[in-house]
Amino acid sequence: MTAPTHHPTLAATAGTGPVLLWVVLPYLSLAVFVLGHIWRYRYDKFGWTTRSSQLYENRLLRIGSPLFHFGILVVLIGHIGGLLVPKSWTEAAGISEHTYHVTAVALGTVAGVCTLGGLAILIYRRRTVGPVFSATTRNDKAMYVLLTATIVLGLAATVAANILGGYDYRDTISPWFRSIFYLQPDPALMTGAPVLFQLHALSALLLFAAWPFTRLVHMLTAPLGYVTRPYIVYRSRDVGLGARAPRRGWERVG
Amino acid sequence: MAPGDTGIGRVMAQMAMVMNLDKCIGCHTCSVTCKQAWTNRTGVEYVWFNNVESRPGQGYPRRYEDQDTWQGGWTLTKRGRLTLKAGGRFKKLAGIFSNPQLPTLDDYYEPWTYDYETLTSAPLQEHTPVARPKSLITGKDMKISWSANWDDSLGGSAEHGEKDVLLSEVADRIKFEFEQTFLFYLPRICEHCLNPSCAASCPSGAIYKRTEDGIVLVDQDRCRGWRMCVTGCPYKKVYFNHRTGKAEKCTFCFPRVEVGLPTVCSETCVGRLRYIGLVLYDVDRVLDAACTPDDTDLYEAQRRVFLDPDDPEVIAAAERDGIPRDWIEAAQRSPVHALINTYKVALPLHPEYRTLPMVWYIPPLSPVVDAVRETGHDAENHRNLFAAVDALRIPVDYLAQLFTAGDPAPVDAVLRRLAAMRAYMRDINIGREPDATIPEQVGMDEQRMYDMYRLLALAKYDERYVIPPAHAEQAHRLEELATECSLDYEGGPGMGGSGPFGETSGGAAPIAVENYRALRDRQSSDTPATPSDKATRVNLLNWDGKGTPPGLFPPSGGGTAAGDEDTDTGGEVEPKP
Repeated sequence: MTAPTHHPTLAATAGTGPVLLWVVLPYLSLAVFVLGHIWRYRYDKFGWTTRSSQLYENRLLRIGSPLFHFGILVVLIGHIGGLLVPKSWTEAAGISEHTYHVTAVALGTVAGVCTLGGLAILIYRRRTVGPVFSATTRNDKAMYVLLTATIVLGLAATVAANILGGYDYRDTISPWFRSIFYLQPDPALMTGAPVLFQLHALSALLLFAAWPFTRLVHMLTAPLGYVTRPYIVYRSRDVGLGARAPRRGWERVG
Repeated sequence: MAPGDTGIGRVMAQMAMVMNLDKCIGCHTCSVTCKQAWTNRTGVEYVWFNNVESRPGQGYPRRYEDQDTWQGGWTLTKRGRLTLKAGGRFKKLAGIFSNPQLPTLDDYYEPWTYDYETLTSAPLQEHTPVARPKSLITGKDMKISWSANWDDSLGGSAEHGEKDVLLSEVADRIKFEFEQTFLFYLPRICEHCLNPSCAASCPSGAIYKRTEDGIVLVDQDRCRGWRMCVTGCPYKKVYFNHRTGKAEKCTFCFPRVEVGLPTVCSETCVGRLRYIGLVLYDVDRVLDAACTPDDTDLYEAQRRVFLDPDDPEVIAAAERDGIPRDWIEAAQRSPVHALINTYKVALPLHPEYRTLPMVWYIPPLSPVVDAVRETGHDAENHRNLFAAVDALRIPVDYLAQLFTAGDPAPVDAVLRRLAAMRAYMRDINIGREPDATIPEQVGMDEQRMYDMYRLLALAKYDERYVIPPAHAEQAHRLEELATECSLDYEGGPGMGGSGPFGETSGGAAPIAVENYRALRDRQSSDTPATPSDKATRVNLLNWDGKGTPPGLFPPSGGGTAAGDEDTDTGGEVEPKP
């Protein structure tokens, strides 16, 4: 009963543009992200790799790559804390808004600078080291543009918000982000956000949509299982039937 | 998995190799045919699954034996527990974004090709046009300054000689005098270790040891290119394909071995110095052996892991653990088992890495023989040879660094056994009464000595390579033995290996399937390097050494493809359009 009436209200109150940007795009992006990864894993396991260029060059990579990767891992943790954990929870835990903000800004600045610095080193390396550049595909270049834009916009939004006197994204952006997963998206929460945050969110949505088709897929197979598995893997050659999967309909039964 | 009544743990079969270094002439045929079969693709130009090193020399990659730098293999903690030398699981994961001990291309070499096209397309000019070397990494002109066997046959030893890792162990002896008296070749492939540190280093678990025959393989679909295996392998026999971003290593030519054919390197070995066979071993003893406290005890410890395939208890245990009867019989006839355990002339390469390597070597006696001959003494006389083995401490110490973690006693014993065989057989060959005291002096009887001679000197193809084929009833399950249409796989034949994301994506082409169109592309291409727009591959995998492997030579004169049809296609089937 409510569903048919809900949509007109949503579009009427928020307008078509915001609905497209903050409702349709997120779901599209999410769908492409999930289905894209499933498709890629099924059909392109061989292409699922970091495509490391360490063999070509190590001096810059040794600094840039850990700087970027550890930085972005902290950024990821920060986003989980900021977007997924409701403000009411941290307040219930006795963390005041001020404490939260100071911690987030301190940690975020360090991580953001590490990430951006590492990324700058890696991009410089990619452009100037001949073999690395010639191993760079158009796909990589597009990915770098999206990734850099997202990181720069995110950092810029945070810096701008802090200089201009603070903006509590946990009142607007975080509930919007969670509302997508509740399947009750509320675009109105995003329309009021500063434009840099909006751009950051949009570029991130595009990045997620492109994710399964780039080398970024290596993130999803971070080898955490290494910690628990036995050192030596034994495998029987008859676990699988040959090097390739049987055609559809020809799978073995029993 | 409790040990049965016999006290024998789980029995496994291992496909292993022994190389008789006395026979190696350093011709690199094994390296070239292996390269042609497995690594003639872009991304693996610098990769040699099989390489032949001159010793003394730095090896390939340069100074790979210097584990203080490369941190390969295993080591014991203070409490005697086995751990990866480059660090445990958490240290590995922490270093995953930039492997701190990965050799760079400089440690291998920058692969190149020549600008051959200039030779034919250059305009008329006063000077002969030259084909300049072009880097296969950057595509630019380059100066060739190193390769996989740059110091071949002690070339440039005045400049590079002192860089041999093992020579620094023999330390203060006179090194250049040593080089003048001593040179031998060391062909190396992957050791297919019982305790592979590459597999243990792989964060993704993509490297596995096959339970049936112990061959260590990289699952190309599971490898994510974390590069830890390259560090983990102390022999530096796992390579990183810089185009596909995946690790690749020697496969022991498993598609051939599965059907009973020897590996390409063995098949094409000019000196017939390689032996392939099964050994049975007790998996439950592997860790204990690898944890042997003293490095010099590792050789004997590894021998104790092997089981005697003629022992009825071992046979019973092997059958209990599902090893087929014909495999047990093959293990009984195995030349590898005989050379390692019966005659005790084969030694493991660098047992101190604690990986329990499964490619063993018969150390060369010929430098000793040569040394005796140069002094004017009878180089076939066992007394002279025994005295020389005792006197030539530097070569023996060097061999001990290579094969027994520095303990000269086992090397001494092997060289004396080989010397005794030489002297004993000389008497027989020139019609003298054989001297039974010679075998006695090395703890053998006459029959055993003669059998050893037969195996080392006369053994024919089927004695050198005792390879039981994988089982017919499992034929459908073999990884590469296509029982359906061999061209019936995604992408089809000759699709150029390009998936939706360029060369590195899509499925890997099944190895045993001849890529006919790729072959034709290669033959008809006229670009200097591997043509980037066409797939290229000449397949020696299915070649049995007879006839001409398809694609190795350009089409014979006549100009039409029809001329090729009557040549031996080595069992290949040409795809119908």
